[in-house]
Amino acid sequence: MVDLWSGLSQAFWLMVTFDPELVEIALRSLRVTLSALVVASLIAFPLAAMLAVRRFRWRRTIIALLNALMGLPPVVVGLIVYVLLSRSGPLGVLGLLFTPTAMIIAQTIIIVPLIASIAHQSLRELWAEYHDLLISMNVTERQKIHTLIWDSRRALLTAALAGFGRAIGEVGAIMIVGGNIDHATRVLTTAIALETGKGEFALALALGFVLIGLAVAVNLGIHWLGRTERGGRW
Amino acid sequence: MMMKKLMLGAALAVMATAAQATDVMKMAVTTSFNNSGLADVLLPEIKKDLDLEVQLLVVGTGQAIKLGEQGDVDAILVHSRPAEEKYLAGGFGTHRTEIMYNDFVFIGPKEDPAGIKDDASAVEALKDIAGAEAAFVSRGDDSGTHKKELSLWKAADLDVAGFGRWYSAVGAGMGAALNTAAGMNAYILADRASWLNFGNKADLALLYAGDPVLFNQYAYLPVNPELHPHVQTALVDKLEKWLVSDRAKELINGYTINGETLFVFNANAE
Repeated sequence: MVDLWSGLSQAFWLMVTFDPELVEIALRSLRVTLSALVVASLIAFPLAAMLAVRRFRWRRTIIALLNALMGLPPVVVGLIVYVLLSRSGPLGVLGLLFTPTAMIIAQTIIIVPLIASIAHQSLRELWAEYHDLLISMNVTERQKIHTLIWDSRRALLTAALAGFGRAIGEVGAIMIVGGNIDHATRVLTTAIALETGKGEFALALALGFVLIGLAVAVNLGIHWLGRTERGGRW
Repeated sequence: MMMKKLMLGAALAVMATAAQATDVMKMAVTTSFNNSGLADVLLPEIKKDLDLEVQLLVVGTGQAIKLGEQGDVDAILVHSRPAEEKYLAGGFGTHRTEIMYNDFVFIGPKEDPAGIKDDASAVEALKDIAGAEAAFVSRGDDSGTHKKELSLWKAADLDVAGFGRWYSAVGAGMGAALNTAAGMNAYILADRASWLNFGNKADLALLYAGDPVLFNQYAYLPVNPELHPHVQTALVDKLEKWLVSDRAKELINGYTINGETLFVFNANAE
């Protein structure tokens, strides 16, 4: 309990004094996870819409697969990305291992199935409503997908936030592909693991509280932004 | 979609490299070296003297050697002689330069239920612990410290595989293993530096040290550029010259925690 309190107070002081190291680590956490989120959304949303609109042979299999991969163990993803990006691996020439880019790639792989599955769920329901209307208007598939995505943007936001939550708190994969290098690839979660290893529980907890605060702030911020745009169906 | 992803990846990679104005090299080091706090003393000086930023990958000796074999780092700084020699024999490194040593110590509950405090040797201490079946935490992660511990059990003619529940191999780094030992109030073999810097000592205390077999030699091994042409040999050589210099000697020998010297410099500058 003593650790909890000293962790809380330490977190408070780290934040009010804008501890430069903390700011650097927190910003890197945000940069990596938000980049991964953007890339993952660009992949997952159209994929989810396509799965809702188009009927093809492997559709069910892909949906089941995506659902199953929601529980993808991050440490395995990290290991696979590591092997691929290692200098001795197939993509070694790119020299991406132990860079923030490698961390973004790993996080993207982890959250694409999650975002796509949640997005597909809501897009499918909307498609059931829109189906007859859009068919009768004789629009192209591209337009269908576009309409679906735009009109369910609130639900998609929730999907994206779920992905954000999974990515920002993740440590297993980015520890392996990022390496927790000071001033290069150290983020909040890997710093917490490091401080725990040193037995500095108070500082580790302080970083943990900062991480939780950051996640809450981002969520609140996005919801606030979302509410400002009214109109359409939602 | 694929294009977008690729372009974004490329853009980020460019951003990442543009930020690195000074020379940068990657070195895999053991957790014990980093947890000792010595890295925080040496790295800023290296940056000042050589304008070289050394990025540390803090892993166990086993993983450090693996990273070196695969060419994912430019050099490694580890402490497990047999593993290092195997690494060199495999042609993965160019040479091995001894830099400094510290020592391993036995940590255990203050009351010392197995009575190792006044033992004559490390082997005897282990025999006492096994005889008393006192809780013992092992790193179990193929690190230098773990290898050392296994070799000591072997020297004591005891078989780790046959141990009962009192022996826990946690498969974790030095700090995490110390945390476990603190929680279980168990014995553990640790390096002195990590122990002195450890923040969660609970009811543990340093019980036994000083046997020469517990000396822990650190060596610097550059990655072989013939296997991995991207290795920055010029920077690696520059760092090696610095590590064996009088400047490094002064910093390493002068590093103390609570008045205790942690490392002894023993490199021979040619």
